[in-house]
Amino acid sequence: MQQDAMKNYWRTNVTYMIILLTIWALVSYVFGIFLVEPLNTIKLGGFPLGFWFAQQGAIYVFVCLIFIYYVLMSRLDKKYDVHE
Amino acid sequence: MSIQVWTYIMVGLSFGLYMTIAWLSRVKDTKGFYVAGGGVPPMANGAATAADWMSAASFISMAGLISFMGYTGCIYLLGWTGGYVLLALLLAPYLRKFGKFTVPDFVGDRYYSQVARIVALICAIFVSLTYVAGQMRGVGIVFSRFLQVDVNTGVIIGMIIVFFYAGLGGMKGITWTQVAQYCVLIVAFLIPAVAISMEITGNPIPQIGFGSTIVESGGTFLLDALDGLSTELGFDRYTEAFGPNSKSMIDVFAIAFTLMVGTAGLPHVIIRFYTVPSVKAARLSAGYALLFIAILYTTAPAVASFARYNMINTINDQPYADLQHEEEGRDHWMKNWEETGLIAWMDKNNDGVINYYHGSAFAGRPAYLTSMDQLAELQADSQADPDNAVLAATVAYLVDQTAAGNMDEEGMPRGTHGQRLVISNMTLDENGQPSTNELYVDRDIMVLANPEIADLPAWVIALVAAGGLAAALSTASGLLLVIASSISHDLYYRVINRKASEKSRLLLGRIMIGVAVCLAGYFGINPPGFVAQVVAFAFGLGASSFFPVILLGIFWKRATKQGAIMGMVVGIGFTMFYIIQTKFFGASWWFMDISPEGIGTVGMVFNFVTCVIVSLITPKPPQEIIDLVESVRIPRGAGAAVDH
Repeated sequence: MQQDAMKNYWRTNVTYMIILLTIWALVSYVFGIFLVEPLNTIKLGGFPLGFWFAQQGAIYVFVCLIFIYYVLMSRLDKKYDVHE
Repeated sequence: MSIQVWTYIMVGLSFGLYMTIAWLSRVKDTKGFYVAGGGVPPMANGAATAADWMSAASFISMAGLISFMGYTGCIYLLGWTGGYVLLALLLAPYLRKFGKFTVPDFVGDRYYSQVARIVALICAIFVSLTYVAGQMRGVGIVFSRFLQVDVNTGVIIGMIIVFFYAGLGGMKGITWTQVAQYCVLIVAFLIPAVAISMEITGNPIPQIGFGSTIVESGGTFLLDALDGLSTELGFDRYTEAFGPNSKSMIDVFAIAFTLMVGTAGLPHVIIRFYTVPSVKAARLSAGYALLFIAILYTTAPAVASFARYNMINTINDQPYADLQHEEEGRDHWMKNWEETGLIAWMDKNNDGVINYYHGSAFAGRPAYLTSMDQLAELQADSQADPDNAVLAATVAYLVDQTAAGNMDEEGMPRGTHGQRLVISNMTLDENGQPSTNELYVDRDIMVLANPEIADLPAWVIALVAAGGLAAALSTASGLLLVIASSISHDLYYRVINRKASEKSRLLLGRIMIGVAVCLAGYFGINPPGFVAQVVAFAFGLGASSFFPVILLGIFWKRATKQGAIMGMVVGIGFTMFYIIQTKFFGASWWFMDISPEGIGTVGMVFNFVTCVIVSLITPKPPQEIIDLVESVRIPRGAGAAVDH
């Protein structure tokens, strides 16, 4: 593999990671912990929203994040021809 | 059929299944023994990882903990799931590509140093041992509850079973039994949850029922009702964050973060990603693992709220004498569990009604009065120590309650209303009067008694027993394998004798599993008083030792061996020091008011900073290490895990 291609591959991978981890931190720490009190004034059915993020929503998002990363990386591996 | 017969059937069937699988997947080489031959499909590996991960504590205690903590329970929910995102994105694919057997292998090779390998090895053994000690005790407790044997006998039964399938099949045997154990435990967790959700809210999906209205109340949301009940009984509102009786924001953050990063740093979790065939499979497998874990982890908070609501409703303000089961031949759940000491009532105001309120009813766990002679001894103690108001109040209660002379079939004195008599020291309020709360509730009862509280059939109750055992055994076996491989592979083969033959290494691996089982069994039978507390600290230690050096090892080529060694030593050293100082020597939480459970976050930061600074002032790593890091970043060429 070319040095440049390798660099691009890695840079794209790191970009994906940064974006996904930002969402990871946002739903768990920001929505679930730091902003839980203001968000609790909003209701989602019977759930105060902040409470819902802390005990339910963040976990759903976590699962999605991993599968999204899997799909993105499978494509990226193919594009740069580094897949197994 | 009775609950007991059903329990034997369910537990017997599930054990038969595990044994059969273990026999079918027995192995003959070290590759099969340590990494299951590297050919486990991602979905199966996900299920095995989930079973490995969810211990008896997740299955039995977590929902109960949350039901007493309310919002703050999110530290476990977030902490024990979020780490998988870190694993999938930051660690698993690269470690899989690197392709060795264990975590110390990676640290030793990436940091080109035997010292780094040994430091990592010590950390791995230490983390796994603290964790497994608690698990073995859990196995014993689960056996003793469900099979009516002594806790120590339970530990020994557990040891034999784990030794059988871990010793025979190594990682391969463990992986396939864990897949079966996952199925057993998730079904056992979901059936009662669905039934109870249906009963309370009319919605069969617990995750939705949790946010729905209560059938009986005509339009009140369950969580609103719980908030109301909690306030009435002097607790913080159920959904309230950072209330006066719960943890602060910084502490909730620190604990959740420690648990997340600790998850990603636990050797028995990381090793699972060596068992899949490719890098792509490692990413996918982490996704499945979290999906399978999330099924239980999103149900647990729902169960917590149902159980809390049910418990308060079925016993608070109820006359004890009226607690009768509608069906003939089955006792009321409260009376059943009163016998085990997991729930106990002290009728302080002698009104015959169970009064539940915030605060403890008496000190510690309940001890029951076994004879009138014992009462006479207590009276004598009290006369000898007239200034002891607590003892005086407790004795006065007992004298009052035994006046009617009630006895049960075993000849033990019973109270005026027929209750078991608690002799533990009564809690007094600030005026020296008995405090309002009369009820002791162990958190474990929330899951264990839940099917009974909701009046589910006997086979469901038996299924919960099989599920609890599956959860405890799967975690214990995974941990034991890590300890055995640390010693036989990392220490013996990599450090002491590089020429050892395949056959002798496999034999040593099996012997080490035996040794580890005995060691874990010893701690299970003679638990150091602090085991329960220590298990939580395994995460702090994992977070502060491995996570930073593995991460930097992959993402920063400049990280040097000196940096990694210093980082690990400083990280785990600080974390251990803080935990020991605050937990065992009573020091205050001097670092930003962070509790010892959350201090791993700080230890991790220290590890990072130390590793970076030391790396920058020490010579660059050699070229072959830089090449190694570059090759780890590219998926192609990940052969099976090898031990060159």
